[in-house]
Amino acid sequence: MIIKFLLIAAALGFGFLMLRRPTLANATAARRLLGALFVLAGIVAVLMPNAVTNVANLVGVRRGTDLVLYILVMLFLFVSISLYQRVHALDQHVTDLTRHLALLDDPRAGSIDLEPGEDRRDRLPT
Amino acid sequence: MLVPAYNEGAVIASTLADLRRDFDHVVVVDDGSADDTATVARAAGATVVRHPLNRGQGAALKTGLEYVRSRTAAEHCITFDADGQHLVSDAVAMLATARDQAIDVVLASRFLGRCEDMPTSRRLLLRSALRFSRVATKLPLTDTHNGLRVLSRQAFERIDLTQDRMAYATELEAAIARNELSWTEVPTTVRYTEYSRAKGQHNLNAVNIVFDLAWDRLRSAP
Repeated sequence: MIIKFLLIAAALGFGFLMLRRPTLANATAARRLLGALFVLAGIVAVLMPNAVTNVANLVGVRRGTDLVLYILVMLFLFVSISLYQRVHALDQHVTDLTRHLALLDDPRAGSIDLEPGEDRRDRLPT
Repeated sequence: MLVPAYNEGAVIASTLADLRRDFDHVVVVDDGSADDTATVARAAGATVVRHPLNRGQGAALKTGLEYVRSRTAAEHCITFDADGQHLVSDAVAMLATARDQAIDVVLASRFLGRCEDMPTSRRLLLRSALRFSRVATKLPLTDTHNGLRVLSRQAFERIDLTQDRMAYATELEAAIARNELSWTEVPTTVRYTEYSRAKGQHNLNAVNIVFDLAWDRLRSAP
């Protein structure tokens, strides 16, 4: 029964995660903490297989493998979303960089229809 | 005159030759083409700004607008597709409308005007895209995602595009309403040639456009 609350809370959490713009430091910290947690949990689960079942029973899941599956699904969602956000942010950076480069090596920079020394603003309608 | 181009080496020479008869200043943004688009465009007398990487039409157009804004004194900027689907005479007429009536944004409408050899599937898709755009942009448009537009300096200084790919067209239309720019539509002709049909957007890309816009809307909501 408890697992239902946990899973729904996790799902809502991911929805929230999707909406807000991540500050990169926070996202990185969260990823690292989660990573460390899973390393520890993995070691414990290998050393004490029964512990997984016990924890599962504690949150209202019958089998330990079921709990592992639920956690896996949630983890997959988390990883997908944070990767998507990272790629999206990278995409924007690459575009900005590309634009900057394109305008840097413009062959006729600043001269398209201005006389030398003329300010573009002189030509603007007032 | 601003022409975004990606791998248009086969047709861009004739498009530019047509344009150069009526327009002195043509800027081509080569969006990281793998072919000789940049060389051909330069030979045709256009100023070429080259993206080192392919970033999408929205990104290319933004680069072009940034160029026109910061390096020229142009009072109007016309966007024009490289594949030759637009008529130069339409661009001339739209520029005249923008100038004479002091309108910030003049959009081309193929549905007020004519479409030559438009595939039925494209017609149906554009009809639903139009319904979507009217809701998304709050403008009573008669056509959407048409590459031919005239923007005044005020318009291209205010409109900021963030969509790299095709969704920018809806974004641009929405920005007209948000910035309270004056706008109108002018009947124009779009020619669907063998080339433009093969080269142009696949109908399925509509899914990507809607997804890009929805994602953007979701993220900017809170």
